[in-house]
Amino acid sequence: MKNRNRRQFLFLCAGISGCLAVSVLSLCLGNVHFPPADLPGILAGDKGAMSRSILLYARLPRMFAALLAGAALAVSGAVLQTVLANRLASPGIIGVNAGAGLGVTLCCAAGVLSGYAVSCAAFAGSLLTVAVISLFSYRTSASKTTVILGGVALNSILNAICESVTVLDTDIAMLSIDFRVGGFSSVSYIRLIPAGLLILAALAVLFTLCNELDVVALGDETAKGIGLPVGRYRLVFLALAALLAGAAVSFAGLLGFVGLIVPHFVRRYTGNESRHLLPLCAICGAGFVAFCDLAARLAFAPYELPVGILMSVIGGPVFLFLLVRYKGGRRYD
Amino acid sequence: MIEVNNISAGYGKKEILQGISFKAEEGKITTLVGSNGSGKSTLLKALLGLIPWSGGGITVDGMPVKGMSRAEIARWIAYLPQGKNVPDISAGRMTLHGRFPYLSYPRRYRESDFRIAEEAMRQMGVLELADRQMAELSGGMRQKVYLAMALAQQAPAIVMDEPTTYLDIGQQFKFAEIIKKLSESGKTIVLVLHDILLALKISDHIAAVRDGKIIQCGTPEEILKTDIMRELYGITVKSVRTEKGIQYYYE
Repeated sequence: MKNRNRRQFLFLCAGISGCLAVSVLSLCLGNVHFPPADLPGILAGDKGAMSRSILLYARLPRMFAALLAGAALAVSGAVLQTVLANRLASPGIIGVNAGAGLGVTLCCAAGVLSGYAVSCAAFAGSLLTVAVISLFSYRTSASKTTVILGGVALNSILNAICESVTVLDTDIAMLSIDFRVGGFSSVSYIRLIPAGLLILAALAVLFTLCNELDVVALGDETAKGIGLPVGRYRLVFLALAALLAGAAVSFAGLLGFVGLIVPHFVRRYTGNESRHLLPLCAICGAGFVAFCDLAARLAFAPYELPVGILMSVIGGPVFLFLLVRYKGGRRYD
Repeated sequence: MIEVNNISAGYGKKEILQGISFKAEEGKITTLVGSNGSGKSTLLKALLGLIPWSGGGITVDGMPVKGMSRAEIARWIAYLPQGKNVPDISAGRMTLHGRFPYLSYPRRYRESDFRIAEEAMRQMGVLELADRQMAELSGGMRQKVYLAMALAQQAPAIVMDEPTTYLDIGQQFKFAEIIKKLSESGKTIVLVLHDILLALKISDHIAAVRDGKIIQCGTPEEILKTDIMRELYGITVKSVRTEKGIQYYYE
């Protein structure tokens, strides 16, 4: 036990340190480099208005966006994997990403192009998707297999509608392509703040529900036997996971694989108890996405690789590895 | 004491239990026997409020179950379901979750919960496994941990659905001894068992279930005097009195 606690503590320290280091580097590095020691002076306006503008209106929101999106998607993935008892579940599987994508496409098709409206449309699309899935799972007694299968089916339907709309109007395809690849290059405070507040609120609620999440993982009958109304809590967790993923997708676009890779990686070091898993997923997810964003920015500077592409390059092989390693999730059924 | 009085229950529109009544007394082991699909597990689920039921009523120590919240029911009846997940948590944490029905939001385990869980593990002889992961334990050990969780629940009644499934014969006998001790400590025990000999050996009362109805109820000796085993399973069970008490065997 002591070894395990020590390992968790070390992992927590490493995660926080890594996150802080990447955050500082993210503020310092780019087309214009700032020495870390100069950051407070630049923010105070001592180093010129241009430097201050770059730091305050480009790098700072971008750093916060990467951290928040990473934390939200990783925790969302961890919650979905626990609730659905399948390590291969992620926000994309239950159709959250597809719902957000459709929201953006329809928003663009309606001619509403402001960043705030696009964010709202993405968020509404993901929440609506979860509402449909939840209703569907409720009517089938919220079986975990049914939820996943329902999510996969809905994912296909939403993607098909999305593709149909973009095929009919190529302008819409061009407008929504940035969103569908995913990235932080166009993040602004107006898109970040409402979604960020929602993410922080959802994380705070989830961190108070760690024991409930662990009890849900015991299985329906055992959980009911010790007094948890499982169906109701499963819906709460699905809604919170959707809220996190939808809010992240609303400003970051369709970032894949964070919700899959990070929880899996963290579980190896901390075990499955949510009180350790969720906070560490938030820290590691934030650090991972911030690191990928930094790498995507610097790898081919002055050109910028969309972070979604970089994450898919990393995430794709890992996903295939997980499929082979865990035989499609059956090991955990 | 658990009393079920003339209830009907089922899944959706399909009615499984039809006007069923039975009683499980305090400090006694009551076992439900019957062929697959006869309604034994459905009866357990109905008395735990896991499926809706209609008709008379269900009471635990005189308290009506209808209208109780899930946590309230859990404080009265501990339940060990048949098909349990093997969670990726330690045996100690698993036992601690037995205290869950006593927590209110935000649910955090208190020092007293840890003490009760530890005592329950000690009683079951699994305290030294507290740090081991559930997946690393044998079926018998795992079952003991589940029982420790039920003990930590401190409910006056424990209901178990086929608790000896997946246990080898030695573990089945050890398990039976534990159940006996629990009933002697005053717990109301309700079991569903497929092993008829084990049921006859450890039970104080046996209720034979067929087609959603209790067709016979009595002590093991009373049950053996009837032709009920042949009716239920097409077998004959005999008993013989030995120095170690009454032994049962298939003829």
